[in-house]
Amino acid sequence: MSEDLIEILSKGLAQTIYMVLVTAVISNFLGFLLGITMAITDKGHIWQHLKANKILGTMINIVRSVPEIILIVVLIPVTRIIIGTSLGTTATIVPLTIGVTPYLARVYESALRTVERGKIEAAHAMGANEWQIVFKVIVPEALPAIVRGMTLGMISIIGVTAVAGATGAGGLGDLAIRYGYQRYRTDVLFGTVILIILLVQWVQFLGDFIARSINKKRYKFE
Amino acid sequence: MITISNLSKEYNTPYGKITALKNVNLKISRGDIYGIIGFSGAGKSTLIRCINRLEEPDSGKIEIDNLDITVLDKNKLNESRKKIGMIFQQFNLLDSRTVFDNIAFPLEIDKVPQREIKKRVEEILELVELTDKKDAYPSQLSGGQKQRVGIARALANKPDILLSDEATSALDPLTTFSILELLKDINKKLKITIILITHELDVIRYLCRNTAVIEQGEIIESGKTEELFLNPKSETLRKFIEIISGFERKSPRDIGEVI
Ligand SMILES: Nc1ncnc2c1ncn2[C@@H]1O[C@H](COP(=O)(O)OP(=O)(O)OP(=O)(O)O)[C@@H](O)[C@H]1O
Ligand SMILES: [Mg+2]
Repeated sequence: MSEDLIEILSKGLAQTIYMVLVTAVISNFLGFLLGITMAITDKGHIWQHLKANKILGTMINIVRSVPEIILIVVLIPVTRIIIGTSLGTTATIVPLTIGVTPYLARVYESALRTVERGKIEAAHAMGANEWQIVFKVIVPEALPAIVRGMTLGMISIIGVTAVAGATGAGGLGDLAIRYGYQRYRTDVLFGTVILIILLVQWVQFLGDFIARSINKKRYKFE
Repeated sequence: MITISNLSKEYNTPYGKITALKNVNLKISRGDIYGIIGFSGAGKSTLIRCINRLEEPDSGKIEIDNLDITVLDKNKLNESRKKIGMIFQQFNLLDSRTVFDNIAFPLEIDKVPQREIKKRVEEILELVELTDKKDAYPSQLSGGQKQRVGIARALANKPDILLSDEATSALDPLTTFSILELLKDINKKLKITIILITHELDVIRYLCRNTAVIEQGEIIESGKTEELFLNPKSETLRKFIEIISGFERKSPRDIGEVI
């Protein structure tokens, strides 16, 4: 083991956390908006717009079907316009966000669909408007499912961030390739693997913990 | 006074059109407890859900104190709905809210100040005898208690009308009785008009001053409950009475033989 190991790994970890956090904040926000729009514009829901629903759904599917690594390449011009360069950690956040947002949209859409129709109907009967139904009924009722969805989303963001390392974006994935694959530094390779595993475990633990404590308060079981 | 005139409603299904309501005419006076009885699929839910437009009628009028509900735009409809409470077979309480906050919901929707909400909710908790459960979540309540919360929530905004869509159908006979008692009680205390639909004859007999019988989307007879029972004209009502009285007439030995 060389003395520079800790230094290399901690720099990679910091870059990964930076990319994951910024991507997470933006893509969760956009994904949530898209997910809620998808859920409420569907047939028989509170803001039925079948055409908009169809168009949005198709767009989400198209972006989702492009693998992240290809998306990074395809989006180079877009990234240049937004960030000014297509290289480096910050630049990679653009394709990461665009790649992950449609996935999160689907995750949130299905979480929000778990709310029973009867509850929404009761709110209608009480004279609630669409905003009130979204923010006082649908979102709070779906909260445990939303937290679980967010957990899934975080883990997949960690995954694609590591993949983006292959294009020199920095972070743990970058280290694994530059040191582990190209320079035979097995210690760095194992270090990155262990750190990514720990990161994922920690996110999963936190997500489960939050979802479970909400459910424990609301329901006798679980 | 609620006047329903020439109300019709069809559903489009993959197998063609289903007529759920056909030219329904009803007059329900203020403070009444009005029952609508019919067999499954007769159109009861469709009818009661048209009154607060959870279902849009195809044609006809529904006037509440001379205000035609069917022509209101969205905002006006929401304002009117605040004065029409509704309770459901499946209760439809919010799992994310305590009993207190469930009852506070319609008041929050109406932007009532927090202090007034607290006062009003506590008042109503007392009325439905659930003060000791105010911090519980719906999943921690029995069916009967859940329906009491449902009733409290429906009454929170001091509505003029209470609609009940099979409110006791998911409850056992004893609990049903206590809920019917409560409805009778609030009708007397609050002078609220109650319109209920049911397929349980006992509910009608125990609670309703006036009754209408619905068969395949049409009101086939209506009037004072006692008079209807003394002299049932429709097939539906005769069948209902026959089933119940036939059951009462049978001696334990007869029932034993059947089993
Ligand atoms: N959303 C719908 N789409 C198509 N058909 C419907 C719909 N809702 C009700 N119907 C049909 O309309 C008719 C009346 O239904 P409704 O629910 O009003 O009956 P009901 O008297 O309440 O019955 P139950 O006692 O079983 O609840 C039935 O034939 C039913 O199948
Ligand atoms: Mg029904």
